[in-house]
Amino acid sequence: MSVILTESEAKALLQKVLSYSKADECEINLSGELRGNLRYARNEVSTSGSLINQNLQVQSAFGKKVGVATIDEFSEESLEKVVRRAEELARLAPENPEYVGVLEPQKYVTTKGFFESTSNASPETRATAVLKSLELTRTQKLTAAGFLENQSGYSAMMNSKGLFAYYPSTSVNFSLTVRTEDGTGSGYVAKGYSDISKLDTAAATKIAIQKSLGSVGAKALEPGKYTVILEPTAAAVLLENIFFRMDARSADEGRSFLSKQGGKTKMGEKIMDERVNFYSDPTNPDLPSSPWSGDGQPQEKRYWIEKGSVKNMHYSRYWAQKNNVKPVPFPGNMIMDGGTATLDEMIKSTKQGILVTKLWYIRTVDPQTLLLTGLTRDGTFYIENGKIKHPIKNFRFNESPVIMLNNLETLGKPERVVSTESDQNYLIPPMKIREFTFSSLSDAV
Amino acid sequence: MKRRDFIQLAGLGTGAFMLPGLAMGRNVAPEALLAPGLDVAVKKRLADAALNAAKAKGASYADVRIGRYLNQFVVTRENKVQNIVNTESYGVGVRVIANGCWGFAAVVDAKNEAQMAKAAEDAVAIAKANSKLMKEPVQLAPQKGFGEVSWKAPIKKNAFEVPIQEKVDLLLAVNNAAMTNGANYVNSVMFQVNEQKYFASTDGSYIDQDIHRIFPQFNVTAIDPKSGKFQTRNALSAPMGMGYDYLQTNPSDKVTGITTRYNKGYDMLEDATSAAQQAKEKLTAKSVEAGKYDLILDPSHLWLTIHESVGHPLELDRVLGYEANFAGTSFATLDKWQSKNFQYGSKEVNLVADKLQVGSLGAVGWDDEGVNTKKWDLVKDGVLVNYQATRDQAHIIGEKESHGCSYADSWSSVQFQRMPNVSLAAGKTPLSVEDMIKDVKKGIYIIGDGSFSIDQQRYNFQFGGQLFYEVKDGKIVGMLNDVAYQSNTQEFWNSCSQVCDDRDYRLGGSFFDGKGQPSQSSAVSHGSSTTRFNGVNVINTARKI
Repeated sequence: MSVILTESEAKALLQKVLSYSKADECEINLSGELRGNLRYARNEVSTSGSLINQNLQVQSAFGKKVGVATIDEFSEESLEKVVRRAEELARLAPENPEYVGVLEPQKYVTTKGFFESTSNASPETRATAVLKSLELTRTQKLTAAGFLENQSGYSAMMNSKGLFAYYPSTSVNFSLTVRTEDGTGSGYVAKGYSDISKLDTAAATKIAIQKSLGSVGAKALEPGKYTVILEPTAAAVLLENIFFRMDARSADEGRSFLSKQGGKTKMGEKIMDERVNFYSDPTNPDLPSSPWSGDGQPQEKRYWIEKGSVKNMHYSRYWAQKNNVKPVPFPGNMIMDGGTATLDEMIKSTKQGILVTKLWYIRTVDPQTLLLTGLTRDGTFYIENGKIKHPIKNFRFNESPVIMLNNLETLGKPERVVSTESDQNYLIPPMKIREFTFSSLSDAV
Repeated sequence: MKRRDFIQLAGLGTGAFMLPGLAMGRNVAPEALLAPGLDVAVKKRLADAALNAAKAKGASYADVRIGRYLNQFVVTRENKVQNIVNTESYGVGVRVIANGCWGFAAVVDAKNEAQMAKAAEDAVAIAKANSKLMKEPVQLAPQKGFGEVSWKAPIKKNAFEVPIQEKVDLLLAVNNAAMTNGANYVNSVMFQVNEQKYFASTDGSYIDQDIHRIFPQFNVTAIDPKSGKFQTRNALSAPMGMGYDYLQTNPSDKVTGITTRYNKGYDMLEDATSAAQQAKEKLTAKSVEAGKYDLILDPSHLWLTIHESVGHPLELDRVLGYEANFAGTSFATLDKWQSKNFQYGSKEVNLVADKLQVGSLGAVGWDDEGVNTKKWDLVKDGVLVNYQATRDQAHIIGEKESHGCSYADSWSSVQFQRMPNVSLAAGKTPLSVEDMIKDVKKGIYIIGDGSFSIDQQRYNFQFGGQLFYEVKDGKIVGMLNDVAYQSNTQEFWNSCSQVCDDRDYRLGGSFFDGKGQPSQSSAVSHGSSTTRFNGVNVINTARKI
C-alpha cells in the first residue's frame, strides 16, 4: 500500500480499526506524508534528504477515562493491538474532566489543497529547480544558501458516532539568501505554494540577488520612531503573534493581550485600525487548508478581527461547553485583507521612511502588550521624497503588532508568504505604518 | 523538536494553533521504556552489513548510527494531569562519502541485514548524484578506530524507573505549593530523554552509548484583577544530563541569597513556593528607569547570554556560511581568529568548550562521527583562539583532528556540527556574590532567563530575565520590572569586570536548541559563576495597548 492513501483506502482502513473497538467511544486519526528536501550553501549542495511518515492514533474512552495509543506501521496484527492498547490505557487513566466526547458526523466544505505536480516532484525536480537558482548566483559571483522542501500527504479521521473526514494536501517552500562575496550585502526571498508548478526559482533568485546587491554600502541611521513599509515577509512574523494568541481560555483567565481588568475580555472591542480584517478561509484558492480541524469540527470562513474589532476567539469544545458558547476551532490558515496600493505607490507616497523587507529572531518581550523584539535583516532601505535613497544598517525594534496596527497608513495587495519563524504560509499585504519603534543599531549584514 | 512545539506541548505558552505535530516516534507503554534495546552483538552485525554494502558500492568512508530514542513527558496544570506521553523511536541512519561527496539515507525499524545494505546503497546513490553539483571534495580529518567500546552517562537514578505516579504526585504538589502561595495559574512539566546510540564506521569503531537528560520546569502566573495586569515566573531549574537524582536535593546543592538557586539538585517544591510569591511581588514592582547600569548576572540567567553570544558565533559552519539561509553567519570571522589578537572580551573572560563535563547536557564519550570528546579553549584571557569543528571542517582551521562536535537529533537526521557545552570559567581570585554587589553603585541583579533575541551575525542582542533587583550603593534595594538589556557581543564581553570564584559555578542550559534546515534540536549546557558587566544599556519594556 502506498503511504498516501486515497479517500476510499483511508475509509476502509479506519472502518477496520474501528471494528476492533470495545470502548464507549473511539476516535481514530490517520495520516501519511512524503517529504523531500535539498539544502545548499556556499553555492553548492550541502545536504539532501527524504522522509516518509505515517501514523495512526486511536483514542478510546470509557466514560471520561481516556487513553491514546499510536502506531506507525499498519500490519493486521498491529491494527488490533493499537486499539487494545488505547483501551488498556483508558481503563488505567484518571478521569479527564475536560473530555467532552466525540462529535456527530459533520458537513465540510470542499477545498483543493492537493496538486499532482507537487506530489510527483522527484529528487531531480528539486535538483533542477536549485540548479536554476545556483547558475544565477554563480555567474554573478554571489554566494547562495537555500533550502527547497516539498511535501505531500493526507489526513483522515473516523469515530464511533460515524464521523468521517479526509483531506489530502501538498506544499512546497523555497527560501534563499544571497550574499555578496565580501559579505557587505545580503538579500532574501521565500516562496510557498500548494502547486509546485507555480514555483519559479530563477525569478525568486533574481529578487534575492537584487536585494543583495542593493544592500551593499548601508549607512547608519539614528534609532527612533520611523514610518515603515513592511513587505509581507516582514509583516507576517509580527502578525502571527496575534494569530497564535486568539485563545478564549487564556483571555478569560486573564493572561492574554485580549484580557481586561475585572476578569473581562476584549471580545467585540475595537483594538486596531478599522481597515484591519483577519480571517481564515479553507476554500481560498491561493491558500487552501483543511476543511476540518483535528477533532473533526468544520472549518469555514471566519473573521477573527473585523474592521479592527475582536470578532472571534478560539474556543475548545471543553471551554465552549463550560461557558455555554459555540466552539470555535483553531483556524487552518490566516488571511489579512489588503488595499489596492502597489509597493511602488507606497514608496512614492512616503516623504521619509524605511522599507523593511525581512525581520528576524522575533521574541515576545511582554505577553500582556504583545511587545515583540527582533531585527531587520537582508535588505533595509531609507526612503526620502518618494524614492529609495540608500540601504541602511539593520535595526533592532521593540514594537507591539497591536500598537502597530493602530498606526496603519496604507495597505497593499495581499500575497502568499512564508513565515521565516514558523514556516507557516499566510496571505498578507504590504503595509505602511507610522511611528514604528527602532531601539538600536546592529552591525550584522 | 522546535522550542515552540515543546511550549505548545507543555502548555507553557498560551497560543497553540496550526503547529505541526511532534515527530518523536510512536507512543508506547511506560514499561517499554525500560525494555532492553537490541543486543550489542546484533547491532554490530547490522552495522557491518551497512558498512560492507557501502564499501562494495564504492564508498570511501561510511558510518552507521543505530538509534533508539526514548522520551517521557508528564504535563499538568493546577490540580489536573493534562498529558502523559511515552514515545520510542528506533531506526538507522547511514552516511557515506562517495565520489568525494556526502550521501545519507535512513530507515525506520531496520532489524535485518538486507534493510541495512539497502540504506547504505541508497546513501551511496545519493552521494554520487549530489557529487555532480559539488565543487570541492569532502576532506575528513583522520580518526583512529576505537574497536568495541561503550559509554554510559553517570546517572544515579534512571528517571524511567521512577513510577509515573510519583512524578504526577510531585508535579501536583508543586502546583499546589504555587496555588497556596498566591498563584492564579500554574503549569508544570517533567521531561525525560534517553538516547541509546550505537555508532560504527569504516575507521573501525563500534561505540555503544547510553545518554540521559531531564528537565523539570514550571510557569506560575499571578494576576491583579483590579488593574488586569499579569506577571509570570518560570522555574529556576536547569535541564541536566542527569537522572531522577537531579530532583533529590542536598542542602549543599542550594545557593541562598535574595532567592534560592540550585546546583546539582533541584528542590522543585521550594522553588514553586518562591515563584508564586515573587510573581505576586512583580505585579507591584517598580518600573525600571532606562539607562546605563552595571549588571550582576546569575548563572541561571547568564547561560543564555553565553549560548547566544559565544556558543553560536563560534560554530565553524556558521562562520563559513553553511547556515547563511537560516540561523545566519558570524561576526567572529576567520581573519579575526587568525590575527591572534581579537579581543572578544576583557582579560577576565575565559570561555571553554567542554564535552566531558559531568552532569552536563553535552557530555558524551564519543560524538556522532566517532570522535572521542574533549575540552578546549575558545576565548583565552579575552582573546579569540578557536572554534567548534567537525571532521570535515578541522582542516579549514589548521587542526589535525576534529573537536568532536558532530550530533544528529535522530537516527533519521543527518549529523552536523552542533554546539558543545560552552562555559565561562570561574574567576581565579576568591570572590563571593555578596562581595561583588558591595562594590556596585548603580546596578541590576538578574536571575533566571527570559526573552532573548540576537542578530544573524551575533552582534546586537537583547535579553530579559525572571527576577530583577535594583542595586544602589552596594545594596539590593528592591525588585524592578520591565527590564531588558541591549548590547553588542564584543562590547558586552569587554565590559566584564569581575567573575565570582568556583564556589558559585553552576550550569544552565538549553533542552531544545534549534539549528539547520530541516531544523534539528540539541541539548547543551553552559556554566558560569555570577559575573559583573559594567555600564550596559537597559531599556524599559512597559507599553500600553
